[in-house]
Amino acid sequence: MSALLDGFSVVAVIAGAFFYLAGTVGLLRFPDAYTRLHALTKADNLGLALVVAGLLPQMDGLLAAGKLVLVWLLVLLSSAVVSQLIARSARRREARP
Amino acid sequence: MSTVVSAAVVLLLLWLAVWTVVARDAFLAVAGFVVYGLLLALVWVRLAGIDVALTEAAIGGGLTGALLLGAVGRLRGTEAATATEGASAGARAGAAVLAVAVTAALMLGVLVLPEPVPTLAPLVVPAMPATGVGNPITGVLLAFRALDTLLEATVLVIALIGVWSFAPDRAWGGRPGPRYQTDPDGVLAWLARVLPPIGVVIGIYVFWAGADHPGGKFQAATILAAMWMLVQMAGLSDAPRTSHRGLRAGIVAGPLVFIAVGVLGLWAAGSFLAYPPGLAKPLIVVIEVALLPTLVLVLALLMNGPPRRGGPA
Repeated sequence: MSALLDGFSVVAVIAGAFFYLAGTVGLLRFPDAYTRLHALTKADNLGLALVVAGLLPQMDGLLAAGKLVLVWLLVLLSSAVVSQLIARSARRREARP
Repeated sequence: MSTVVSAAVVLLLLWLAVWTVVARDAFLAVAGFVVYGLLLALVWVRLAGIDVALTEAAIGGGLTGALLLGAVGRLRGTEAATATEGASAGARAGAAVLAVAVTAALMLGVLVLPEPVPTLAPLVVPAMPATGVGNPITGVLLAFRALDTLLEATVLVIALIGVWSFAPDRAWGGRPGPRYQTDPDGVLAWLARVLPPIGVVIGIYVFWAGADHPGGKFQAATILAAMWMLVQMAGLSDAPRTSHRGLRAGIVAGPLVFIAVGVLGLWAAGSFLAYPPGLAKPLIVVIEVALLPTLVLVLALLMNGPPRRGGPA
């Protein structure tokens, strides 16, 4: 059972790291602010979600696991809002002649 | 494996430091500085200095970064002009020599540190139970070196007075910063309604946990001040009038209570800031509770800057 959980952790964290890598490559390679934001939020949301999911079985106790989930939710919230704000300000700058 | 990660983080840190120094654009330099602060927090985590890491992330990266961003915004108008001026070759060479000399002196200082490194930790550990707190960092900050913490809090209040003194005469006693106008149904206003309740709970948790675990009033005050700034920037509430009596009382309350406890120690325990036996923990809690609002107000008002509008009619 514990070997199974460890295996799950390794797979999930590696998958999360892959999303971070993909998000970073996107941030560096994509042509404009909107697509870069798109890449970045993938890393924040899915990458962190997979890392958190992978770490959950390794935590001792529900409280520690709950804190980890809370961190993920807060990052989700802030990254969603901040990317909206950045996209909006980029649009406003474009609209200006 | 862990050595490889440490080495990678150190290299990244050095590269980022150089990048921040040579960045031509003030905004980019500040962005580099914020990332540098967060990476430095990671380094402190690796060195098992969780308290320092929390403070570095909250104050070094977060608060200082936000203050510097405000400064960049204010300097924007003059940045292009100063970029063309440039220093003379002699001044550049002098600055380079000075910087290299300081770095070399610091490196030498690290290299000639005696082995084993002198430490007071063995003296602190057996004395901890007398303070009633479990986190040795909090014990050092509020019992063994309480004078330093008192001076720190006082310096912040003096810094705020310094910032306020930049107010033009017509705005003295008025409100700092611009009146933020945003879409009341927009995403920022939404965040400013959703996040502060969570942030306040986390701030108070970090504050309370500081007695026995990493955390404490400075980190908590930064979180709470950030929540207040968010509410202001979303236009949900205006910055307070700096002439408000309650506000000013809250700002000086922390240091005043701290000094009062110190004088009490003079009378009850024989020296300034000494705690009577058995009363250490309650007195530390009193000081911490009094300092928290002071720090929240001072940090947020430092962010707000000098009063700019709505002075006495």
